[in-house]
Amino acid sequence: MSIMAYNGAAIMAMKGKNCVAIAADTRFGIQAQTVSTKFQKIFELGPRLYIGLAGLATDVQTVSERLKFRVNLYELRENRRVKPKTLLSVVSNLLYERRFGPYFVEPVIAGLDDVTSEPFVASLDLIGCPMVTEDFVVSGTCSEQMYGMCESVWSPDLDPDQLFEAISQALLNAADRDAVSGWGAVVHIIEKDKVTTRTLKARMD
Amino acid sequence: MECLIGIRGKDFVLMAGDSVAGRSVVAMKKDHDKMYQLSNRLLMAACGEGGDTVQFAEYIAKNIQLYRMRNGYDLSTKAAASFTRRNLADYLRSSTPYFVNLLIGGYDDSDGADLYYMDYLGSMVKLPFGVHGYGSFFVLSVMDRYYKEDMTRDEALVLLQRCIDEIHERFIINLNSFKVKIVDKEGIHVMKDLRPTTKPPEETPGTQSMDIV
Repeated sequence: MSIMAYNGAAIMAMKGKNCVAIAADTRFGIQAQTVSTKFQKIFELGPRLYIGLAGLATDVQTVSERLKFRVNLYELRENRRVKPKTLLSVVSNLLYERRFGPYFVEPVIAGLDDVTSEPFVASLDLIGCPMVTEDFVVSGTCSEQMYGMCESVWSPDLDPDQLFEAISQALLNAADRDAVSGWGAVVHIIEKDKVTTRTLKARMD
Repeated sequence: MECLIGIRGKDFVLMAGDSVAGRSVVAMKKDHDKMYQLSNRLLMAACGEGGDTVQFAEYIAKNIQLYRMRNGYDLSTKAAASFTRRNLADYLRSSTPYFVNLLIGGYDDSDGADLYYMDYLGSMVKLPFGVHGYGSFFVLSVMDRYYKEDMTRDEALVLLQRCIDEIHERFIINLNSFKVKIVDKEGIHVMKDLRPTTKPPEETPGTQSMDIV
C-alpha cells in the first residue's frame, strides 16, 4: 500500500491558445472505501492562477492552507499578484523544506501570467522538483493513463471550447481505468477575462 | 471495533456512537458515551486509540471554550472543524500523533446544520452523512439508499435505526447499544439509547412450540 495511493487522485492541466485548463476528480476515499464525492483538490491562488494537489488528502489540505498563507504574505509585501512561474518556486521551496519528511502531494500549477496573459502549466514532485512543459502536465494515481490520454487528445493552440473537450475526455477516460480515481470531476477553463468552472458527468463507480 | 454515525437533517445533526468501551477482547463498559460537547451547539464524536480520544477531545473542547471566553462568541462549526483539523495535522508529524477519528456536528446561524468527517490523518470533508469504523462498510450503502436531503428528526431516527439493525445483523462484533444525540438551534439534546430492533422468533413450518409442563 503506497502512501500516495491511500486516497487516490487524478489531476491534469493543459495549455491552449491564450488559455489554460486544469481538471481534477472529486473523490475522497480511504483505500477501497469512497467517503465523499465532493472533495476539493484544485485551489485558487489568484484570479487566473490555480493549483491542483494530488496525493494524501490531509497533506493536500495542509499544503493548500500553508501555500495560501505564503502567497498572501507575498502579495502583501510585493503589492502585486504572484506570477505563475514564481508560484512554482514558492511551492518548490515549501516542499523541499520538508526534504526528509515530505508532504505526500504532487502539485500541478496552471495559470495565465498576470501582466502578459501568457499561458503556463507546470508540475512538481513531492520534494519540489519543478517541471515546466509546453503542452500538459498530469499527476495522481493514474498518471500513466492520463499521459496516454493527453498525448492522444492534445494538440497545440486549442481554443477554450476545444480545450475543455480535450481535457474532459482525457481526465474521464483515464480515471475510469483507475479504481481509486474518479467519482466526479471538475474542470476550470482559465481565459484572459474569465474563468469557467464546470462539473463533469462522470461514472460514479 | 467502534462505530460512529452522523446524519445531517434539515436544521439539525443527528449523531450516534456505539456505547461499548473495550480493550482487546473484553467489553469493559457497556454504556460509554463517545460524544463530547465542544460548545452549546457543537458536538464531537471520537473513536480510535484509547487515551488519545479523551485527551484530544477534551483538549479541543477546552480550546473552543477559551475562544468563547476571549471573544465573547462561539466559533462556527466550520471554524471549529478547521481548528481541529489543524491540530490533528500538526500533531501527525510530531512524536505524539493522535490516533483519533472524528465526526463534528454543529449548528450555527449563518450556515445551519453541518457535519464534518475527519480521519486520524487530518483529512476533513463536509458530508450529509458520515460513518467511522468497520460499521461504515455496512452502513454507508444503507445510507446511500435511504438518505434524502432535509429529513425530519423522526425520519433521521428511522434511518439511524435501520443502520443499527444492519450492523447488528452482519457485523461480527456485538454493538447492541448506541448513544444518540441531536444538535440543533436550541442546543444539544440527549435522545434515548438505541438498540437493534428485536425480531420475534420465527415459527419454522412443520413444528409446533411445546410448553413443557
